[in-house]
Amino acid sequence: MAEFPQITDTTFEKEVLQSELPVLVDFWAPWCGPCKMVTPILEELAGEYGGRLKVAKLNVDDNPGTAAKYGIFSIPSILLFKEGQVATQIVGAVPKKHFVEKLDPLL
Amino acid sequence: MEKHDVIIVGGGPAGLTAGLYAARSRMDILLLEKLTPGGQVLTTAMVENYPGFEEAISGSDLVAKMEKQARGFGLQVEIKSVEKIAQEGSLKKMIADGEEYLSKAVIVATGVEPKLLGIPGEKELRGKGVSYCATCDGPFFRDKEVVVIGGGDSAVEEAIYLTRFAKRVRLIHRRDQLRAAKIVQERAFSNEKVEVVWDTVATRINGEQFVQSVDVKNVKTGREDNVETSGIFLYVGVKPNSDLFDFKIDADQRGFLRTDENMRTSVEGIYAVGDVRSKQLRQIVTATGEGATAAFAVQKYLEDLTP
Repeated sequence: MAEFPQITDTTFEKEVLQSELPVLVDFWAPWCGPCKMVTPILEELAGEYGGRLKVAKLNVDDNPGTAAKYGIFSIPSILLFKEGQVATQIVGAVPKKHFVEKLDPLL
Repeated sequence: MEKHDVIIVGGGPAGLTAGLYAARSRMDILLLEKLTPGGQVLTTAMVENYPGFEEAISGSDLVAKMEKQARGFGLQVEIKSVEKIAQEGSLKKMIADGEEYLSKAVIVATGVEPKLLGIPGEKELRGKGVSYCATCDGPFFRDKEVVVIGGGDSAVEEAIYLTRFAKRVRLIHRRDQLRAAKIVQERAFSNEKVEVVWDTVATRINGEQFVQSVDVKNVKTGREDNVETSGIFLYVGVKPNSDLFDFKIDADQRGFLRTDENMRTSVEGIYAVGDVRSKQLRQIVTATGEGATAAFAVQKYLEDLTP
């Protein structure tokens, strides 16, 4: 199983906002069952979009600042950041097809 | 194209138990699941009515155990989202993420998903205060006011769960009594943070960026009101994931699949188990029983096919 980089409030600016590659950030928490459901999909996406996309995770429990800044009130929320901006957002555990449909036109 | 004797579609408790029994019978079997095995149970904070766990167990822990147990006996699981089930001669064909799978029999364990209330603001504010999963999102509402809509087991249990975080939980229900199990009702009534608003429906969710309030209406007096809240958790029932079939299959008025006592649907070789099945009680304990029953029935069916 691939280990995703863990983003924190401290590293968010550098790792996500200033990243050259678009970054898909999974806002999650250990208490959230459905968050576990998207992990295998993120692993597949990381493989298929390799070189075009970085996939990372942000634990909202440990990093409430970033979660609050982006108005996260529901997890899993998966946000695509491109050049420092939110390009698209997916809320809830949805099948891979929905990710591909949203990501393809943007990558 | 992959071919198996049996394909199980859906990896909640019903599908996993069918897989467990089928794997132990050494059947040639594959389980297809669109996300990670678990299903609706993953959104349940605590399960306290599944026999054998005298201490409540979290939904995700329980289903992880079920998956581990089934895999331990050899069940294969693939993460594929089945979009269509069709007939292919005497076989069934499934199309999942562009790939085709063939089998002699199919156990449909596709479950349900939460029903939307269908009021203005609901879709627009999803993830911005509108939620269908208290376990996931409750902690975001620490010391805030929240509203839960519904009156069944899920609504009342999750309302109680939300009192761990929220300052106050208003449970808005359209009737003058709850449908939840009595023990759950008693807990809600004795919880100081839970306030039940009877005979009332929500008509609109308001908020620009985030939920700010909900418009409600008393169905008996007609009185309209506005309730300020940061979060709205919707538990207004479920709808079956049963629109996959390329052929006619017998279902009830709400789309739940009808079966006989051996979980056989109206279509030969197709079995239905768990929440997607037409029945009165949708619980983990009924789902697992049906999964086992279907696996056994399928085994008999396959034996009769090859005399």
